[in-house]
Amino acid sequence: MTDKDRLVPDEGLAPASTALPGGAGPLEEFTKPPSSQWREVWDQFKNHKGALYGGILFLVIVLWVYLGPFLWTIDATHIDIRARNQGPSLTHPFGTDQLGRDTFARMMAGGKTSVSVGITAMLLALGLGSFVGVMAGYFRRLDGLLMRLTDLFLALPLLPLLLVMMLLFRDPLNAAFGPERGIFILIVAAIGVTSWMPTARIVRGDVLAIKEREFILAARSIGTTNAKMILRHILPNVLSPIMVSATLGIATAIITESALSFLGLGFPPDFPTWGRLLFDATDYLQQYPERVLWPGLAISLTVLSVNYLGDGLRDALDPRIRGR
Amino acid sequence: MLTFTIRRLVLAVPTLLFISLVIFLLLELAPGDPMAQVPLTVPPDVKEKMREALGLGQPGYIRFWKWLVQFFWIEPQVLIDAIFGSSFSEGDLRVISWQTRSPVMDIVVQRIPQTLWVVGTAYIVGILIALPIGIYSAYKQYSWFDQAGTFVSMIGFSVPPFFSGVLVIVIFSVNLGWFPSIYDTTHKVVDWDSFVYQLQQMIMPVTVLALQITAQISRFMRASMLDNLNQDYVRTARAKGLGETTVVMVHVLRNSMIPVVTVIALGVPAIFGGAIITEQVFKVNGIGQLLIGAIQANDLPMVQTLTFIFAVLIVLFNLIADVLYGLLDPRIRYD
Repeated sequence: MTDKDRLVPDEGLAPASTALPGGAGPLEEFTKPPSSQWREVWDQFKNHKGALYGGILFLVIVLWVYLGPFLWTIDATHIDIRARNQGPSLTHPFGTDQLGRDTFARMMAGGKTSVSVGITAMLLALGLGSFVGVMAGYFRRLDGLLMRLTDLFLALPLLPLLLVMMLLFRDPLNAAFGPERGIFILIVAAIGVTSWMPTARIVRGDVLAIKEREFILAARSIGTTNAKMILRHILPNVLSPIMVSATLGIATAIITESALSFLGLGFPPDFPTWGRLLFDATDYLQQYPERVLWPGLAISLTVLSVNYLGDGLRDALDPRIRGR
Repeated sequence: MLTFTIRRLVLAVPTLLFISLVIFLLLELAPGDPMAQVPLTVPPDVKEKMREALGLGQPGYIRFWKWLVQFFWIEPQVLIDAIFGSSFSEGDLRVISWQTRSPVMDIVVQRIPQTLWVVGTAYIVGILIALPIGIYSAYKQYSWFDQAGTFVSMIGFSVPPFFSGVLVIVIFSVNLGWFPSIYDTTHKVVDWDSFVYQLQQMIMPVTVLALQITAQISRFMRASMLDNLNQDYVRTARAKGLGETTVVMVHVLRNSMIPVVTVIALGVPAIFGGAIITEQVFKVNGIGQLLIGAIQANDLPMVQTLTFIFAVLIVLFNLIADVLYGLLDPRIRYD
């Protein structure tokens, strides 16, 4: 972080930090080291209540799905046919399903897959989007070509294409990597390849603006190579739109994965994800309507928390709003 | 403006051709064999003939060309024939579905009214709710109404239709028994009772879709109003002594509607895409359901045609949005 702090220009931020009517007295003002950009981002972020709670909730959900299985040791695939279709109890807080599998454990296992898919697909889309955006913004020669490509991808009907991709590549990938890993790779790749366009557009716009700034000229005048220029000067400066895209990317990826599973074209039946659990629960809608509630709530809460997080990040990372 | 429209229309042609090629090449990789369901007792040479009857014998580029000709040349002729009773398309081979062995476009035409009824109503309802909410939340920024509006639209963003749909089914159909959970597309409106039934079965899918649409458009409306409320011309209008209603509802609203109208236009194809899931939840017999069925049955001509229709909608409404923007905002000149 410290390396980035030095590189980030802070012209616009200086007045905001001195004008802050905080509790710091005049003496403290001098002894305190000048607050870094990330410190101010955090201060602004803290003030956005929705974002703070959203961030905490998302952290709790992530910890629950990744660390929960270590504490709650019932296996998600353990079939106990005598204890099937039970309501909530102490041994099974969320009840059991039609095969007597513990719904609480299945929710954690499903969440682990859903959240992993969300984060990995977001990283892929982000990487692709940032790469295309930086290339298009930085190299004038590539701009036209790459932006036409982005427009083309935006014109593709994504959900139908995702469904088609699921259908086509499922079997070959399952054969190559095994049923679970194969479908994981397929879903992550499919979501990543179809959701990088907004990031690319935003990043390109920002790169175009930053490219004209004096510090880039200064860096160029001391002979910085293109690769160094992008890695050390351009990328740290477009980090904020990338971070906002990242949070929103997780949300869309989780929803897309659940939608695919819900349409029966995602993960295989014995491999729980939140979308799959919801899909399975709709079969028992008449008898056990409460069963759709848990996965649905989990998806909605995760996406809601991530959306609030992104909202707060956008405000916190925007120097025009910060300090107000 | 006209030159811009024409230029964009001309540019749309290679885009659409490229998209159709991408879709075709994707489907070309399909591992499924349309002959898989044919009994093993059928001799191989007969199977080969059946394969050729489906048009599978030729190399890919010829099949792509044939599909292009069928879609862009023969299908419009069929449409003209259907309207004017002429016979341009007689004897021409149309895009045939492998599932039903009937022309794809006939099935699409059968399914479109269901989708349009549900999705179209939802879109209009959503917009009608969203606009007042957006206007009032911007006018009273940070009031409790604005906070509540923000929260509701966050929920609209976050709750996916396959959960909100199932949830309303659980509440209103399973527990309360007010509405039917399955949309009956064969239902015909002939008298008052059947009209009431039609309303009842439409309420839930329309609500689910409208919630999402309202969430998006009210946010846009609010942001756009906020941008305009602080402009100098608003102060001028107030200084002239115009009433608050006139200032907000005429001066600010008309200027704020410019980006919102384009967003509404851009949302139309996305709603068709998003309706796939809602149609699946409520068993609406529309286009989305047709696509899912075709994908599961490996019906490649159907999938190709439907996906392409979605692409055409996206490109077309992008164009409409751009042209509308230019028409509504005199500051924007494309030429």
